[in-house]
Amino acid sequence: MMSAEPLLSLKNIKITFGGVRALKGVSFEVNPGEVHCLAGENGCGKSTLIKIITGVYKPEDGAEFSFDGQPITAMTPSMAQSLGIQVIWQDLALFGEMTVAENIGFQYAVSGKYGLVDKRAMEKAAEKALARLGVSLDLHLPLKELPIAQRQIVAIARALVGEARLVFMDEPTASLTQSETDYLIEIVRNLSASGVAVVFVSHRLAEVLEISDRMTVLRDGALVGVFPVEGMTQSRVTELMTGRNFDSAVIAADHDDQPVVLSVKNLSRANEFDNISFDLRRGETLGVTGLLGAGRTELALTLFGMRRPHSGEIVLDGETVHFGSNREAIRAGVAYLSEDRLSLGLNQPQSIADNLVMASLDRILSGGLISPPKKENVVAHWISALGVKIGKPEDPIRTLSGGNQQRVAIAKWLAIGPKILILDAPTVGVDVGARAGIFEIVRKLAAEGLSIILISDEPPEVYFNADRIIHMAEGRIKATYDPRQMSLTDLEGKVYA
Amino acid sequence: MRRLMLGHTTEFTLFAVMIVLCVALSFATDRFFTISNAFDVLNVSAVNIIFAVGLLVVLISGGIDISFAVAASVVQYVTALAIAYLGGGNWAEGFIIAGAVGIGLGLINAALVYKLQIISIVATISTFNIFFGLLMFFTKGVSIYDLPEWLTTRVVFYEREMSDGSWLELTLPVVVMILCCIATWFMMSRTTIGRQLYAFGDNPEGARRFGINIGAMHYISFGWLGLMAGIGGLMQAHYAEEVVPNALYGRELDVLAATVLGGARLGGGKGSVIGCVLGVLMVSITQNGLNLMGVSPFAFKMIVGAIILIAITLSSARIDKLLPFFAKGKIEKGQAQKREAH
Repeated sequence: MMSAEPLLSLKNIKITFGGVRALKGVSFEVNPGEVHCLAGENGCGKSTLIKIITGVYKPEDGAEFSFDGQPITAMTPSMAQSLGIQVIWQDLALFGEMTVAENIGFQYAVSGKYGLVDKRAMEKAAEKALARLGVSLDLHLPLKELPIAQRQIVAIARALVGEARLVFMDEPTASLTQSETDYLIEIVRNLSASGVAVVFVSHRLAEVLEISDRMTVLRDGALVGVFPVEGMTQSRVTELMTGRNFDSAVIAADHDDQPVVLSVKNLSRANEFDNISFDLRRGETLGVTGLLGAGRTELALTLFGMRRPHSGEIVLDGETVHFGSNREAIRAGVAYLSEDRLSLGLNQPQSIADNLVMASLDRILSGGLISPPKKENVVAHWISALGVKIGKPEDPIRTLSGGNQQRVAIAKWLAIGPKILILDAPTVGVDVGARAGIFEIVRKLAAEGLSIILISDEPPEVYFNADRIIHMAEGRIKATYDPRQMSLTDLEGKVYA
Repeated sequence: MRRLMLGHTTEFTLFAVMIVLCVALSFATDRFFTISNAFDVLNVSAVNIIFAVGLLVVLISGGIDISFAVAASVVQYVTALAIAYLGGGNWAEGFIIAGAVGIGLGLINAALVYKLQIISIVATISTFNIFFGLLMFFTKGVSIYDLPEWLTTRVVFYEREMSDGSWLELTLPVVVMILCCIATWFMMSRTTIGRQLYAFGDNPEGARRFGINIGAMHYISFGWLGLMAGIGGLMQAHYAEEVVPNALYGRELDVLAATVLGGARLGGGKGSVIGCVLGVLMVSITQNGLNLMGVSPFAFKMIVGAIILIAITLSSARIDKLLPFFAKGKIEKGQAQKREAH
């Protein structure tokens, strides 16, 4: 599978943005047909490197760049395409209203004889690309009708139409469930077997280790090294990426002596979840895991008052509650940090300070108007309490990294003084180092007496951070586990079974 | 067939609503359900359909234009003056001048949106005021009645007297309208430019990464609307046999509503010529029916507004949610694919 000559070879790649050196003399090599992982924390220079390879950015003088043994002096995006270098972007860059065939064969709509679109050739090319992936999709279905996993396949098929030899996949599994991820991994293996080299960029270390032959690790714009994946462990990769060592240990403890804060009794909603019962005590962290579509988010939204249960009871501090809206839930002390933080949880162009007080405006009023000094106090308090790294509170929140945005999103809810904090997939799109920071905060809050429901489809997250774990499947509680009485592998086996 | 319907739910809903409306109107008035009345509706709607297919292209590419109707008035004036200057002119010159002036005005909008990065609704509200202000300033609100004879003489391609004594006529504006529809349909669905316009409206960033020329997208879409506005303006002058500076003022909102009613999405990526035609016809049929029923013209706007609201609610509520058998078929299909995919 590997030949002596690398397919892509970069040496001494340097680039500077606004005085900051984003890449400090990095080298990078990909062999034909290999699956290569490009690993590193957010901001380490991975995307910059991909953009240099595809000709979006120009490296500084002194760089050596060759593809297929040919030296390349000035790469351009169209040149990269014609050489067979394709990128599958994280947001896929697909067209929702167009059909599957048109999305895959969009090349035919960019260049055509006499300016006409050859629909038949387009469909044939789409069919061929899908066949090569071993998938059949309805070519005439509008793309928006497809689930996200199949859109991913469409994006990959599109890369194959361009006779790809080297495919970059930027976080391809970020929005996929485990079984969809497995399926994607299968496709990547097929590609690699047919001679296409794949460079995989992912935050999910487990799948990186499963799929790759070699990995290149970057940290702060510098090359840490190139390693064979065989014999690599997740904690070793994390250490290489962050330069720090994260010890994971089970923190589960008993809270039986604490009062019950939330008691859910036989809660059901048709087609979403069925007969859910559990107690949550003061200072306890309850992990909820299960595959995507198990009803976790629906349950959380019901506890948060955004949906009404069809039957069953929610008892908060000994009183049965019937939330008519999430405003009532917030007033009663329930906070919910949404799954889709970037679009639903935060208002991106607004300032950090405005985002932080968004849920707790009634607490900073003075005579019915927002009091600037009160607001300043609240903002300053939470920024220092959660260790958010910011320039000024007036900066727009989109200037922050994923991890810091997540902290502001948590702070927003802590500012209402909640009794219960529901965290739904709090680490999606957050890299390893920042994840550890977020869980540190979660533990600290629990120690201070806050009750937390931690929802995650990654078993390790609940295993290492929860006192008890509820396993949901198809809308029901399948089992309740104590992390102290099982290994992580046991838990993963049960969740993915 | 089902696939066709799923892909064009708005058009089919609209078509169904229109049939219901027509049936109801033919019971309410005996004049409605006649061929000559159908041709009347077509003759009356021709100019609006020409505007609408032009606007459709801008909407599909993700923009919006408020200025095209007053731009058409400007075109009428400039064309009338230019023809007088040329000493009479003829149809060919008329079309060339009107089309060129229309394209020019469209390109001004495109430049504002693309070069100066002004949001299209703001840019075209501004040009709407500028075009109309200039027109009123220079004409002092005076109409032109002495148009050349070739322009004001009715051109009838086909006519026939019906048994009830009414006339069935296929006139120039209708023929031009049909040609404009075919040209727009061909460009949008058969050429690479058309597909790129759809893609650009659907996902601008995705289109950019594909190397699509973003500037060209703006100039082509606004230029095409300008061309249609020019042709539509000429047809309106021909139909009305006069050029009145504020004759088309306010038409932009009627056309916009009808186009959106026909399934074009504000925000881009979606819309079809057939939907557009149905949208305009729907509004015209309603007005025509109300007219024949002897409803006060003062109530027209109100009733047309209500009809648009009802039709848009029906089409955005999705036919597959209203008709359970469609939904079932679709889910089964989706699951079958999922199984195949895994």
